[in-house]
Amino acid sequence: MLALLVFLPLAAFLAILLGVPARLTAVGVSAFNLVLGVSAAGTWHCSCWSFSLPVLEKPALHLAFGFPDGMSVIMVLLTVIVTLAAVLSGTAPAGREKLYFGSSLLISGGALGAFAATDLFFFYAFHELALIPTFLMIGMLGRGDRRAAAWKITIYLGLGSIVLLAGLVWLANLTGTYDMGKMVLVRTHTIDPAAQKGIAALLLVGFGTLVSLFPFHSWAAPAYASAPAPVAMLHAGVLKKFGLYGLLRLAIPLVPHGLQAWLTPLLILLLGNVLWVGFVTISQKRLDGMLGNSSVMHMGYIFLAIAALIAFPANPLAQPAAIVLMFAHGVSIALLFGLADRIERSTGTLDLSDMGGLAKSAPKLAFLFGIAAMAAIGLPGLANFAGEILVFLAAFWSYNGQAGLGPVQIACIFSLWGVVISAVYMLRAYRNIFQGRSVKTTESAADLTLSEQIPQGPSVKTTESAADLTLAEQIPALLLVLALVAVGLYPNLLLNLLK
Amino acid sequence: MNLPWILLFLPLVVAAVCQLVLRKSALVPWVSTASALTTLVISCMLLGRTGSAAFDWATLGDFHLRIGIQLDRLSTGMMVVVTGVGALVHVFSLAYMQDDDAKARYFTGLAFFMFSMTGIVLASDFIMTFIFWELVGFSSYLLIGHWYQKESAADAAKKAFLCNRVGDFGFMIGILMLWGITGTLTFSDMEVPTEVSIGTLSAAVLCIFCGAVGKSAQVPLHVWLPDAMEGPTPVSALIHAATMVAAGVYMLFRVQMSLGFHHFHDLQASSVIAWTGGITALVAALMATQQDDIKRVLAYSTLSQLGYMIMAVGLVAGEAGMFHLFTHAWFKALLFLGAGAVIHACHHEQDIWNMGGLLKKMPLTTTTFAAGCLALVAFPGTSGFFSKELILDAAHAAGSPLFWVAAFVAVLTPFYMTRLFVVAFLGKHRSVSAGHAREVGPLMWLPLALLAILSIFSGYAFISHASPALPEHAGEFHFNMVAAVSLGALGLGVLAGWLLYTGKDKDPVCIPLLRNRFYIDAFYDQRLVRYCQDASAAIVHFFDELLINGLLVGGLSRTAASSGNLLRKLQSGSLQAYAFAFGFGVILVIYFTVFL
Repeated sequence: MLALLVFLPLAAFLAILLGVPARLTAVGVSAFNLVLGVSAAGTWHCSCWSFSLPVLEKPALHLAFGFPDGMSVIMVLLTVIVTLAAVLSGTAPAGREKLYFGSSLLISGGALGAFAATDLFFFYAFHELALIPTFLMIGMLGRGDRRAAAWKITIYLGLGSIVLLAGLVWLANLTGTYDMGKMVLVRTHTIDPAAQKGIAALLLVGFGTLVSLFPFHSWAAPAYASAPAPVAMLHAGVLKKFGLYGLLRLAIPLVPHGLQAWLTPLLILLLGNVLWVGFVTISQKRLDGMLGNSSVMHMGYIFLAIAALIAFPANPLAQPAAIVLMFAHGVSIALLFGLADRIERSTGTLDLSDMGGLAKSAPKLAFLFGIAAMAAIGLPGLANFAGEILVFLAAFWSYNGQAGLGPVQIACIFSLWGVVISAVYMLRAYRNIFQGRSVKTTESAADLTLSEQIPQGPSVKTTESAADLTLAEQIPALLLVLALVAVGLYPNLLLNLLK
Repeated sequence: MNLPWILLFLPLVVAAVCQLVLRKSALVPWVSTASALTTLVISCMLLGRTGSAAFDWATLGDFHLRIGIQLDRLSTGMMVVVTGVGALVHVFSLAYMQDDDAKARYFTGLAFFMFSMTGIVLASDFIMTFIFWELVGFSSYLLIGHWYQKESAADAAKKAFLCNRVGDFGFMIGILMLWGITGTLTFSDMEVPTEVSIGTLSAAVLCIFCGAVGKSAQVPLHVWLPDAMEGPTPVSALIHAATMVAAGVYMLFRVQMSLGFHHFHDLQASSVIAWTGGITALVAALMATQQDDIKRVLAYSTLSQLGYMIMAVGLVAGEAGMFHLFTHAWFKALLFLGAGAVIHACHHEQDIWNMGGLLKKMPLTTTTFAAGCLALVAFPGTSGFFSKELILDAAHAAGSPLFWVAAFVAVLTPFYMTRLFVVAFLGKHRSVSAGHAREVGPLMWLPLALLAILSIFSGYAFISHASPALPEHAGEFHFNMVAAVSLGALGLGVLAGWLLYTGKDKDPVCIPLLRNRFYIDAFYDQRLVRYCQDASAAIVHFFDELLINGLLVGGLSRTAASSGNLLRKLQSGSLQAYAFAFGFGVILVIYFTVFL
């Protein structure tokens, strides 16, 4: 069944290349995958989801998918939710539908493959497969300085992948297997400390680059600012989580002692994400740059959970905290990028100083963007808060009031200031875009509407198909909001999957 | 145990239904008001009940985060205050917001606020307190920014949220530390082990106090509360006078009660708390004497009274603080709603110098407002007298110089309230809009009248038994040194206010330092935000571009670009080709390195 989940988008990609209607196929396949993903969440213990096909005899290599634990289930769930929202909210430039929707499906299929793979080779290869359309879409359909942004992300992630590859190959050689399940059984005692330290460094830098760990972060903001909406949604929301998933899946169980040696540098780097990039985010003048940087910044909190897990491997809170926050961040950043794209289409700008009072003409857009912004700020009741509070608790899990504060607790205290920083830039952006007096760009902006109203205004180019389009505009946003609210109100929905 | 859950979740359900289903319907105000009245009835039924219940919100192995309800005297009493003021404010708003285009949004916001505030009060667990603590901040943000098209309202909403966030930064650290110290997040299980040093406990308590500094608008985070007056006036009455801003006091008292009061007597943190409260009381009262906007005078007076309460908590006389919270809620809500009635009648005129002569035009409103003034200035026999007396007693008993600070504030309070009353309500009208003022309708004066009764009588035992906490000897009066000082202060303040302001058309006193609120707001906006935050953000951004992006990445991409040039000679060199080559190349590389 998992193979179906993974290969359906890939098959649909081929079908689109052969001339099947692009948008319809993309939406249909994504909707089907959503149903499949949700039912997987309900029944993931069933062995019917696993799939294995021998590819090579020696060394033994299998095209194998499965759910080793709830973490994979949650990542698959995240992928199918964001994919449907991404293909629904994207508007392809005329004549480029094939590339636009086909690439989105390819990214989705790659991400699903990477999260469901139980074989190291395919784990890596599916992620690489998803990166290619990401680069292409930015380079060909991006906005602004798209070539430079595309080069930067290609080279950066390419180098990161190579470092990662070195680490993975080393790991595979030492454990003598490509089966990730068996690898973990081999466990740590067979890997000597020096090798652990080396592998840990390679994995931290390799996976870290893919997740925009400071100071390997500078590809992210320009790439997301330039990327077409579905790519920004899929990459920032889903594909970027691959690095974190990899650290939790491989590095933590296999090289714990090696990671412990790098704990202090990791704490400093994650504070770089939260504080340094946080300040960079405050100084952004455009919404897209701000969102791109904010997504880099919030990675710091997930790294904090990972650091807490490295410092105290018995910590029962850290891994669930990281996973909940990965899910929450993925959904909320996808929602933000999707709505930012919509703001640009109705106002013609993303420059914060050019906007104002948009809530008057577009109250639904204001409402949904408000929820997304509040999720990013960490308002309780939305998923991000559940993740963040668990991360903070995880960091203080080993503190008992009698000994002093340890390095993880001190890093946690510093990174708590990030909660203030993200409120500063998010509220400032919301204030500038939606509140205050209306200005020219926002006065005539069309709101998200249900089909009965046709949006007016010069900047909406597809007025004739507006009814169709606007119905689709609300649905993806509501889908993401529903995910945020459900997990935010009752985090056990996700946590029960991790039992 | 069903009733408390209904009490908690009814307003949430109502808010959700109003937002999602009714949206623009004319029913929203009525549904929201009905919900507020229902919660008031439930709160009264719960008075005197005790018990607790909880469900798991997040479960991680043996660790549980719970959403729970704790019923005891403190929480049930506080619920009566919250739902009582809430219900009256809802009724008042029916008339006050009648002509507002977005009254559905307004009443949805009120319902959501009621939910959040109920959560803080009933919380049995620190994380739950924090959850609802954030949610009240959010509903306050929504309601301050109700008229979001007004630049000043949008700015004020943002400022309120950010000031609260700064406080919550410390609050979260405090919660985490206290969790480490006591090993639990549930209030009723908290105990301080003897091995924990007094310094650690003090640090944790101080961090928790930061949350109260933000929410209860104590110096130095007080700046958001006066600006929050940009919101509709009934909101100011409910959120920014009676309930939400008192949540800091409530939370501190709850923490003291859970950890045991005896830990707090010799704690460094306690004296910091007491002095923060005392300084806030003094500074805010000074600023109140020079404000011209009727709501701002009341806002600074709220700050000052909150300072009293915090001071009492710091002096480990929290019962007196909670009793003052109880009486203050009624009379300050009354004063704000009275101001709202005046503003409504004067066509949104808020400058007291453009009012005058309202006694004749609006006798009912004026009478009730006068009752509120009497309670606020602690006129003997009114509720405010009893509660303030207890705080002064506590300060005196502690032998702290804070007693004299509090006594001086007791001079300033009657002074600025006399000024406000004389200028706005007596004499002749000084503007056209004040001349056209009419008495307000029954939906508005009925809540005023009820609050006036409570303001006068809530100090007496038949009402004060509902108070969240009550010191011994509450409602009794003995003439002693403290009483003499406070009566003298009252006389002095009223006399000075009367002599200075009767028959004046403009303010005879002008103290720029006080008018400009000690330049604290200006310092924050122009120095801290502009130079510290924004400038450092710009500098960090610059270095990010220069070092990380420019040198590190730029070098890499130049190298790559030149190799790209090489490739171009061989192949098309376009990104497309590069990307594909890269992807497949990598896969080939693995294949060759690993398998061959």
